[in-house]
Amino acid sequence: MAVTEADLRRLRWRCRRGLLENDLLLERFLVRHAATLDEGRLAALNALLERGDNELWDLLSGRVECDDARLAPVVAMIRDA
Amino acid sequence: MALAVRQFDAVVVGAGGAGLRAALQLAEAGLRVAVLTKVFPTRSHTVAAQGGIGAALGNMGTDSWQWHMYDTVKGSDWLGDQDAIEYMCREAPKVVIELEHFGMPFDRNEDGTVYQRPFGGHMQNMGAGPAVQRSCCAADRTGHAMLHTLYQRNVRARTQFFVEWMALDLVRDASGQVLGVTALEMETGEVVLFHARATLFATGGAGRIFAASTNAFINTGDGLGMAARAGIPLEDMEFYQFHPTGVYGAGVLITEGVRGEGGYLLNKNGERFMERYAPSAKDLASRDVVSRAMATEIKEGRGAGPNADYLLLKLDHLGPEVIDKRLPGIREIAKKFANVDPVREPIPVVPTVHYQMGGIPTNYHGEVVVPGRQGPNTVVPGFYAAGECACASVHGANRLGTNSLTDLVVFGKAAGDSVIRFLRENPGHKPLPADAAERSAARLARLDGQRGGESVHVLGNEIRRTMQAHCGVFRFPDLLAEGVQMIRALSDRVARSEIQDKSKVFNTARVEALELDNLIEVARATMVSAHARKESRGAHDRADCHDRPGFPNGRDDQNWLKHTLWYKEGDRLEYKPVNLKPLTAETIPPKARAY
Repeated sequence: MAVTEADLRRLRWRCRRGLLENDLLLERFLVRHAATLDEGRLAALNALLERGDNELWDLLSGRVECDDARLAPVVAMIRDA
Repeated sequence: MALAVRQFDAVVVGAGGAGLRAALQLAEAGLRVAVLTKVFPTRSHTVAAQGGIGAALGNMGTDSWQWHMYDTVKGSDWLGDQDAIEYMCREAPKVVIELEHFGMPFDRNEDGTVYQRPFGGHMQNMGAGPAVQRSCCAADRTGHAMLHTLYQRNVRARTQFFVEWMALDLVRDASGQVLGVTALEMETGEVVLFHARATLFATGGAGRIFAASTNAFINTGDGLGMAARAGIPLEDMEFYQFHPTGVYGAGVLITEGVRGEGGYLLNKNGERFMERYAPSAKDLASRDVVSRAMATEIKEGRGAGPNADYLLLKLDHLGPEVIDKRLPGIREIAKKFANVDPVREPIPVVPTVHYQMGGIPTNYHGEVVVPGRQGPNTVVPGFYAAGECACASVHGANRLGTNSLTDLVVFGKAAGDSVIRFLRENPGHKPLPADAAERSAARLARLDGQRGGESVHVLGNEIRRTMQAHCGVFRFPDLLAEGVQMIRALSDRVARSEIQDKSKVFNTARVEALELDNLIEVARATMVSAHARKESRGAHDRADCHDRPGFPNGRDDQNWLKHTLWYKEGDRLEYKPVNLKPLTAETIPPKARAY
């Protein structure tokens, strides 16, 4: 199944977070990568966004390394975006 | 518009600390509660609160609620209502112990009691000192711990959550009683009328009206917009707390520790300008002095950058070792959000908003009150508000650190209790008026049919730029007067906002357009109220009202010891007296505020 417009809009909303730092990094990521996301990446992102905001900021800021091999590639993409 | 109607005993809008605490009170009383929230509850902005929750537990030494009350009144620059402040400070220890019993993981002392840390402005002996340790915390993640604790308790109590729903408008009948809200389910695009016997707003602040804001993107003042459209005035909206050093263009805070370690501010000429404003303290002067100096440099054309609208925080002279060791995380933040490495280049910074003191007027029971038949504080039946969207008013013109979390829990619970009493005395649902959903239907139809309007993104940015330039941390009368005209013109343009995407399923463009309708109401309330208040008090700092005999720090108690009430209709302003009479304590009479 291909990534649909509705999937992307849903993702865009779930990138609205409780911490501004995460909002900003995820917004930047979406600008660069939203158009070219495949299903696998989308699933990984949705799983990553289930994490709490502090935990997410620890991962995205590089303070903590990602312990989940499935999520590590999208964490790296967000860090570098 | 024929639309689905769902009935509940109570509907709570917003699932941060205040909304969750209120919902818990209601659900545990056996009521049917719906909580509407734009994002999953534990992703509310309460998660950003680090400092702790203030309560005079006295675990670290002698303390009392009277001392906490004094510090709060003084912090508020005497604009806080002393009945509400007494109530909050007396309740604070009880609600903290309650949170402890709910399982909140507070830091602890060796003897097992809750640890309390020191925090600016908290003193013993009615402000005389020494400092007191009053802030209860869970490491630097107190807000996070509170959200999780309260969310879990709500799940246990079977609160019904409607996640990714956006409330649109308040429903009132001809008598003015509030009968619920309309709300949009993002997943389907459907609008549902939540018919409730009581409606409680806990929608948070509207810090996103400013270009430089530490607030998360969700803080668009939805409850304030809904209240304003329904004819409810907004109180004391001219008062916002600013932090001197947020990253320009991003809002992320650079800790004051940077200046503590020897970093300093430069203008576009490379001048260390704080030497002119505060010859001895320089960059370590108090927050308001530094912010005011920064705003003056920008106003007078000495800001850096292509638009001359920021200043430079230099720390490269400290060397990479000191920066990495003493200021962990700063390099990362500067690189990520300012695209500079502070080891080599200065960080562009600007005074940045982080807390809104004003809001929907309430009494200390969390009941919404407006001028009416029973005087300036006549209760609006069926309507309640708590947390940053509400104005009880405990923060007055300036909030004391750690009192934001105290406010959420104390007034979330109080509002919940008030709803329970109201429902007991008022059984059954009052019938909905025929036009209950008309306002929302008209807004959505207008948006869907709009042609030749402007983009939501462009309009939002203009609102934020206008607020920042004309109603920032230090306010100039000429800029405020211009700002009122500009924000009114923007208001007309927002009424013609246009979205390209008209789809139903998860249309975030539509949600953002609806949020813009709320932002503009808050922006207008803020600009108009600030322009009118011709004194400096707390966080409202005017260049034309400065310290002179009889007017400490520019404060004018003779004419301005009163609350502003802004009405959307015609930008009308009214004022109401500050309540200087506590519930049981002695009045704390106004005096000069100095630390």
